[in-house]
Amino acid sequence: MIVFVILVPFVLGASAFAWPDNRTRPALLVVGAALHAVGIASLWIHPEGPVMHGYLFLDAAGKVVVTTSSILFLASALYAQGYLRHRSDRDNRVFVGGLLIMLAAMTTVGMAQHLGVLWVAIEITTLATAPLIYFNHNARSLEAAWKYLLVSSLGIALALLGTFFLALSGAGPDGPRSLLLEDLIRAGPQLSRPWVRAAFVFLLVGYGTKMGLAPLHSWKHDAYGEAPGLLGALLAGGITNFAFLSVVRVLQVTSAAGEGAFARDALLGLGLLSMALAAVFMAGQRDFKRMLAYSSVEHMGILAVALGLGGAAVTGAFYHVLNNGLSKGVMFLAAGNIHRAYGSKRTDQVRCAARRLPVSGSLFLAGFLAVTGTPPFSPFWSEFMILNGAIGTGRPVVAGLFLLFLAVIFIGMGATVLHVVQGSDDGAPGNPGFKDGWLTAGPPLVLMLAVLALGLWLPSPLMGLFSAAARLVTGT
Amino acid sequence: MGAWTDMAFILVVVLDLFLLASSRLGAAIRAVALQGALLSLLALLLTSSGHSPGHMLVVAGGAFLIKAILIPWLMFRAIREMAIRREMEPLVGYVPSMILGGVGVVLSFAFSRGLPLPTHEMHPFLVPTALATVWTGLLLVVSRRKAVTQVLGFLVLENGVFVFGLLLTDFMPVMVEAGVLLDLLAAVFVMGIVMFQINREFASLDTDALSSLKD
Amino acid sequence: MILRALFQIGLLLLLPPFLLGVVNRVKAIVAGRKGPPLLQLYSDLRKLLSKGAVYSRTTTWVFRAGPAIGLAAVATAGTMLPVAGQPAVFSFAGDFVLFAYLLALARFVTALAALDTGSSFEGMGAAREVSFASMAEPALFLVLVVMARATGSLSLSGMLGPALAPAWRAAAPALLLSAIALFVVALAENSRIPVDDPNTHLELTMIHEVMVLDHSGPDLAFILYGASLKFFLFGALFVRLVADVGTSGFWAAEAAFVVELVGFAILVGVVESFMARLRLTRVPQMLVGASVLSVFALVLLLR
Repeated sequence: MIVFVILVPFVLGASAFAWPDNRTRPALLVVGAALHAVGIASLWIHPEGPVMHGYLFLDAAGKVVVTTSSILFLASALYAQGYLRHRSDRDNRVFVGGLLIMLAAMTTVGMAQHLGVLWVAIEITTLATAPLIYFNHNARSLEAAWKYLLVSSLGIALALLGTFFLALSGAGPDGPRSLLLEDLIRAGPQLSRPWVRAAFVFLLVGYGTKMGLAPLHSWKHDAYGEAPGLLGALLAGGITNFAFLSVVRVLQVTSAAGEGAFARDALLGLGLLSMALAAVFMAGQRDFKRMLAYSSVEHMGILAVALGLGGAAVTGAFYHVLNNGLSKGVMFLAAGNIHRAYGSKRTDQVRCAARRLPVSGSLFLAGFLAVTGTPPFSPFWSEFMILNGAIGTGRPVVAGLFLLFLAVIFIGMGATVLHVVQGSDDGAPGNPGFKDGWLTAGPPLVLMLAVLALGLWLPSPLMGLFSAAARLVTGT
Repeated sequence: MGAWTDMAFILVVVLDLFLLASSRLGAAIRAVALQGALLSLLALLLTSSGHSPGHMLVVAGGAFLIKAILIPWLMFRAIREMAIRREMEPLVGYVPSMILGGVGVVLSFAFSRGLPLPTHEMHPFLVPTALATVWTGLLLVVSRRKAVTQVLGFLVLENGVFVFGLLLTDFMPVMVEAGVLLDLLAAVFVMGIVMFQINREFASLDTDALSSLKD
Repeated sequence: MILRALFQIGLLLLLPPFLLGVVNRVKAIVAGRKGPPLLQLYSDLRKLLSKGAVYSRTTTWVFRAGPAIGLAAVATAGTMLPVAGQPAVFSFAGDFVLFAYLLALARFVTALAALDTGSSFEGMGAAREVSFASMAEPALFLVLVVMARATGSLSLSGMLGPALAPAWRAAAPALLLSAIALFVVALAENSRIPVDDPNTHLELTMIHEVMVLDHSGPDLAFILYGASLKFFLFGALFVRLVADVGTSGFWAAEAAFVVELVGFAILVGVVESFMARLRLTRVPQMLVGASVLSVFALVLLLR
């Protein structure tokens, strides 16, 4: 089944490139997403051991991220049916094929137990998404795609160097001479510590670029701003989560080698910097898609802080991965609808979205409340767990800064969101004939309900999964 | 034999410094091609009893074909179609970037002394050369404006990673090296396509034209 | 012993103008001209020495002292340079610092004399000369430090003496890099073509020549002679560094040395013939490049 969930999207993606009909091709997305979701569900019911000589295995941490992205991809695939019907002028061959290959690569990242395989899969996600950002075929999307490709490639090259360092650290006479996570963690203290430390720095920079942690986020606001809404959802709620998972993998090895304290401090610093930077740039942002990009920087910062704090906060981090994935889906899909209905994403032109698009407009507002951590939505609980962890581990300063940044972001983001959703329709550009439909407003609505439901009641198996994932990192 | 290996490593670093100083794209592409050829030579020179000779031959041959012939050819085609020959105004001037390059060389030699290799040392210059080349590549990417020069910087960075990878050839699976070359090819390929599109949109490869997205 | 020392001093004093003659002849041949006689500079010097000097009323003693001090400084530097691997007339630990600073002193007084004329044109030349020198000097020092480190000696006589041959065997790449850097520095210090063109006059592009436009008679002779002496010094340094033939006999070594110096002059002539003068903005790049190469050489040695 592990091989199945990787191969199915891959084969469908390849066949999308050969599929002759532009109108029926998007259906492949739904087929791929549904089969993937079924495959993941069956892995929940019947867990499988490692396959392919231990290179692939769905452990708890992978399960959280893969499940999140499977749900998000299914929602996005349904949304894409409506979206691509509106964009029937465009050839969607590359778009559909690229999305499916991205799903296959993301799933591989989630299951990879070998750092080489992990790296290759991350590289493929980059190659698959770059052309998708250029979907609108204009100068701005070209610029965004170029930046994304260049910055990500740099990050990936540095990550490869870090991977080499890690391989070298275990190359001693009694070292594992392997890049399998299991071998590296078991070898732990036998690894050469200076090289592990150097490897962590390079891998954090490399995968941190992919996550979009400040100051390595320079591709993010352009890519999210110019990409179609559903791609933004998959980047912010999918790929960045997988980059986070890659950092988790690296941290697992680094902690086992005894360099955990150093690594956590670095993560804590980058995480707080990301949150601070997001807070600064969020205020007065006049492009609501770019605002969402900074929100993504913020949430990656939250994840990094949680990982850096260690202890109970790590459980919160995995909970937050799920919440971030789902609520980012709501925000980006709703934002994509609003963008379509106004033909603009500038806040001085987009007003009163709640009247023009009752469902999407309300979802945008509700999504905003969710991502900023307002109760009763689920991100509140995960952020609360992280804050609790900060106080529990005796870091009142971190906790204070964390709260401060969240508050500033709430205010900055709120001003923009309220401006978009409320107000009067005067002076806004005319509607090119876009309305909320089942396919465009339904998927974000379902995701929103899921976020609400998870906030009201968290099933205990899920909580157990988050704790199990956290145990992989903290080792207790 | 040993002296030749020394010279090859040193030439790789000298080419790094040359690239930082060079304003002519043609000369820069040739330098990158020469560096690629040197890397494949190094792969052969460093082959020892611990290696399977066939594997090293594949690595060296692959590096030569891709880094010394194929990619330079693609780059030359790109600059011919774009009719650009020079990097006119780098963000960081040539003199500062050369000095930064020199600092990088010094630091990478100092750094690699502080990092004893856990495995047997293949060659004392290997790690510092790799680090200096990676540093040069990064410097080129961030300090140049033309898309072509940025891609060249990325290639130099990849070359540095490749040099470091030579250290692992006796115990890492083939897959990773093949992955490196394949990804390099794929990256440049996609970048090339994007570059052609950039050309169509702007009639220039100056990434400064790509600055409408600002905060 | 005395005879040998006298011969070396004689070589130092008499050979330099001939070397510049060789450079000019090579350039002429490559360009398809016949060119001036090889000994042209000797005749020029004799002619200038027999003339009187003209001094502008705006100049002071600084202007008159410049050429004499400059020549004296270069000649003193020459006494510290070992010829053909034989110990120099003066030699002590650290003399390479004095060597470099005597050359700098010569440049300083020349620039000062140029400024003393009050001509904006000469001031510009002085500004250029000094700003390029400030970049050539680190390169020269780094080359000397590399040599000191490689041979384990702090005097020029030791650096260029018998210890050089084993140093080449131990650290060939570093010495090769510093030799390249030294050649670049030699071209810059002697105002040769990629940096400056010794043949232009009244061009806005020139550097060194513009500074000496107001000198005449014996003063100009001192300056021309001093320039050829400096060329000789850098040539001697360079050929000794790259081509240590290791002949045992004194006279054989001296003969080989003269042949090598002529070879150096031919090399410079060829470089001048086939290279265009660099734009002024590119000159610092070349000199910094030479410094960076020497730094790299030093790093290789220090490992």
